[in-house]
Amino acid sequence: MGAKSNGRPGPTGIRRRKGSLTVRVARGSAVAASLGLAACQPAVLDPQGVVGIAEKTILIDSLAIMLAIVVPTIVATLGFAWWFRASNTRATYLPAWAYSGRIELIVWGIPLLVITLLGGVAWIGSHQLDPAKPLASSTPPVEIQAVSLDWRWLFIYPNERIATVNELVVPAGVPIHFSLTSASVMNAFFIPQLGSMIYTMNGMTTQLHLQADTPGTYRGLSSHYSGDGFSDMHFQVRAVPAEAFAGWVAATRNAGPTLDAASYTALAKQSLDSKPFTFRAAEPGLYQQIVTQHLPPGPGPQAGRPNRTVSPRTEE
Amino acid sequence: MLGKLSWEAIPFDQPIPLFAAAIVGAVILAVLIWVALKGWIPYLWREWITSVDHKRIGIMYTLLAMVMLLRGFTDAIMMRSQQALAYRSGGYLPPEHYDQIFSAHGTLMIFFVAMPFMIGLMNFVMPLQLGIRDVAFPTLNSVSLWLTATGALLVNISLVVGEFARTGWLPYPPLSELTYSPGVGVDYYLWALQISGVGTLLTGVNFVTTVLKLHAPGMTYMRMPMFCWTTLASNLLIVAAFPILTATLAMLLLDRYLGFHFFTNAAGGNVMMFMNLIWAWGHPEVYILILPAFGIFSEVISTFSGKPLFGYRSMVMATMAICMLAFTVWLHHFFTMGAGPDVNAIFGIASMVIAVPTGVKVFNWLFTMYGGRVVYATPILWSLGFMVTFVIGGMTGVLLAVPPADFVLHNSLFLVAHFHNVIIGGVLFGGFAGYSYWFPKAFGFRLHEGLGKAAFWCWVIGFYLAFMPLYALGLMGMTRRMQHYDVPAWHPWLLVAGVGALVILAGIVLQIAQLAVSIRRREALRDVIGDPWNGRSLEWATPSPPPAFNFPILPRVEGAEAYWGIKQRAIAQARLGEEPSYAPIEIPRNSATGFICAFFATFMGFALIWHIWWLVALAAVGAYATFVVFAWRDRVDEIIPAETVARIDRANRDARLRALAGAQAAS
Repeated sequence: MGAKSNGRPGPTGIRRRKGSLTVRVARGSAVAASLGLAACQPAVLDPQGVVGIAEKTILIDSLAIMLAIVVPTIVATLGFAWWFRASNTRATYLPAWAYSGRIELIVWGIPLLVITLLGGVAWIGSHQLDPAKPLASSTPPVEIQAVSLDWRWLFIYPNERIATVNELVVPAGVPIHFSLTSASVMNAFFIPQLGSMIYTMNGMTTQLHLQADTPGTYRGLSSHYSGDGFSDMHFQVRAVPAEAFAGWVAATRNAGPTLDAASYTALAKQSLDSKPFTFRAAEPGLYQQIVTQHLPPGPGPQAGRPNRTVSPRTEE
Repeated sequence: MLGKLSWEAIPFDQPIPLFAAAIVGAVILAVLIWVALKGWIPYLWREWITSVDHKRIGIMYTLLAMVMLLRGFTDAIMMRSQQALAYRSGGYLPPEHYDQIFSAHGTLMIFFVAMPFMIGLMNFVMPLQLGIRDVAFPTLNSVSLWLTATGALLVNISLVVGEFARTGWLPYPPLSELTYSPGVGVDYYLWALQISGVGTLLTGVNFVTTVLKLHAPGMTYMRMPMFCWTTLASNLLIVAAFPILTATLAMLLLDRYLGFHFFTNAAGGNVMMFMNLIWAWGHPEVYILILPAFGIFSEVISTFSGKPLFGYRSMVMATMAICMLAFTVWLHHFFTMGAGPDVNAIFGIASMVIAVPTGVKVFNWLFTMYGGRVVYATPILWSLGFMVTFVIGGMTGVLLAVPPADFVLHNSLFLVAHFHNVIIGGVLFGGFAGYSYWFPKAFGFRLHEGLGKAAFWCWVIGFYLAFMPLYALGLMGMTRRMQHYDVPAWHPWLLVAGVGALVILAGIVLQIAQLAVSIRRREALRDVIGDPWNGRSLEWATPSPPPAFNFPILPRVEGAEAYWGIKQRAIAQARLGEEPSYAPIEIPRNSATGFICAFFATFMGFALIWHIWWLVALAAVGAYATFVVFAWRDRVDEIIPAETVARIDRANRDARLRALAGAQAAS
């Protein structure tokens, strides 16, 4: 997880040698970090943002409410089955006992009470954690437009006028407002440690508000199957301090290709290449053109065995 | 001439499916040759293939389910081993193959394992429990069976000719539209389900009519065994829900074949409509599967506790409540689509409400055991395994019904673990409980207990090993349907899950051994009396196996637990009831209509998939002509003479008289 992008060799020979040492150190620490991460891997249970933290709380609370009834039920099942075994002569035998109004009342009442409680949790939680609801914060949110492609992610920063592929850099402690769509088939945008996922669909925009409370590197992925290249549709999320974010934006503006209708059309073709890269400039309004289908949906597979109409195949 | 079909459609470059298909083909061929050499083909044709007897049809449905279980489980083993191997590597299954496997696994397990298993048991048991001679429409029943078999056959043909869908078991557009799935895979899926769906809908109509209109005298609704109630509820759901599936898939077919735009990206198609429609069928579908299983558990727990079912009226109410509520919760399958908080919360709460009647059922089974004398035969082991497992699966299900929890768990392996938890722990365990419970009734001998218990323990332990890690992986953010991954922490859990699948494999091997050993030792395991478990409902009043006409005269029902009442009276009076005056019995004639229709339907489906239009027309005419010929037949009944009825019933009475005498002597 994230071992690759930690060090890049410098430009000159001498510095490259030095660099390679740093690279090695960096790689080593990345391996250590990923092992450390492995220890605390339950991503959903180790949230790093307000949304994820609230969702974890609801998850644990709901589970606790239900365990209070589920555990006794399991114990009673095994207990009754054992105690009333045919060979146990001490157990009472009530061969005709099949009704008790009092027990009926309890067996309808207990689940009803539990569900009333949980229903309240669900109602309040759904409203508080509605993905489309802006997060309370003193800082205005960072706008990001996400587009799922076959099979990678395009992130457009409309205010910064830059874009990235398969890499998301966000300022820590600042709310992020995602507008999301798809270039072709359905996907779902999900950063487990930050919270809520949401579908991306062509010709439509979905809304999502998330926040990374602390700087760190998190894993993002598509959590809705979308075809042959789906397994590689994951990306790294780097939450960095606000100043570092500004620095990253400035650095990104200095290099790389530009994103316009032509380069987007090329990007929308099916590809198994999941290497991250950045665009130094993004044409304004491109996202709206994708959502309104002024830029047509991705073309899908073009080759196959023996041709695409029998068994399509993805070209490398 | 042959549409899109050519030699290149066969995946010669993919050794795994070819090899698998070669083995399956060789086994089928060997069985056919063996059957032919033994001279059994006329017998099979006369007694099974053209049979319209609900018992025979039920057995064939169950057999289909078990064979398809082997196929679906092979897919499961391949998925588990792929994920166990594919840490930072491509594993051994490339994506285009792996994607077909998980799609085929889901499709087979739901439509061609769980459905025929439940329909098979309902077919066999329900008319016997109601005290009647057959279902309302016996020939239609045979048509249903063979159309289901057609669907299963088409899915399996896709293994060698062309490809299967790579969309998952529900073909969400736009991935399933022509632009993104131009191959024949989705067409295989669609036609297989359209054809078998007709069969399932006909079953629904047939069984609802049977339960509502045909009863033994005195068998009022509130005296029906619980399994008949759940059969009624399940089939009401089939009648209401399957047309939605047919219409939804028909719209997708129109998109793919005639350029319509119901669900396409372009020209105003709406993918969200597909998701709403498919789950408006899909959620009732899971209750179609689980309700009959609930009925089986009710019968088994009551019988093996030696007590009537606790809170019968409550159980009926809970069953019908689930039947109604099943249609009010479909949206919980896509909380993450961005609907508003009100919509999400309402559907979340509606989903939780279903847990109330379900919880009532669990508690009532619990109190059925209270004060009982629980005999630990294989069927009750499955039932206890179910109660413990299903409660856990139900809990994780309710957790997923809390929208904010679903926002982080949706589509993850947590979800996969949940639905396997309820479908294996509920439907499949129910099927196995029913299989071991009613096997002696169907074949006249019991199944080997030791091997059955060993199989049960392998299944339970294997299940927990295979699926508990998936809950953990879901919490670790692992999503479903990944062909490979690079997160080190996931790897050990996937290895454990792979081991779990192997333990389940051991369970399946033991079940096959159990069947083989039981057949070999059938004389020692013979059920002479026809009531091996001290049963309480009318199927146990018949000899094992029951004659074609089930009951010599329709039994007169005088209370709940019809057969228990008859038995208690016989014990109290130390004699059986008066011998009835036997009369000839009319039973429906055999008919090849179902088989021939399905024969043509198979060709029609295959031709539609490959765009061989002349064959489509020919096969459609053939299927229609079969119906016309059937409708024009003059003689519809076979008469069983009174002497035959008398002979069979006297043997049954003698066996029971001896048992009664034995019981008196013992006490």
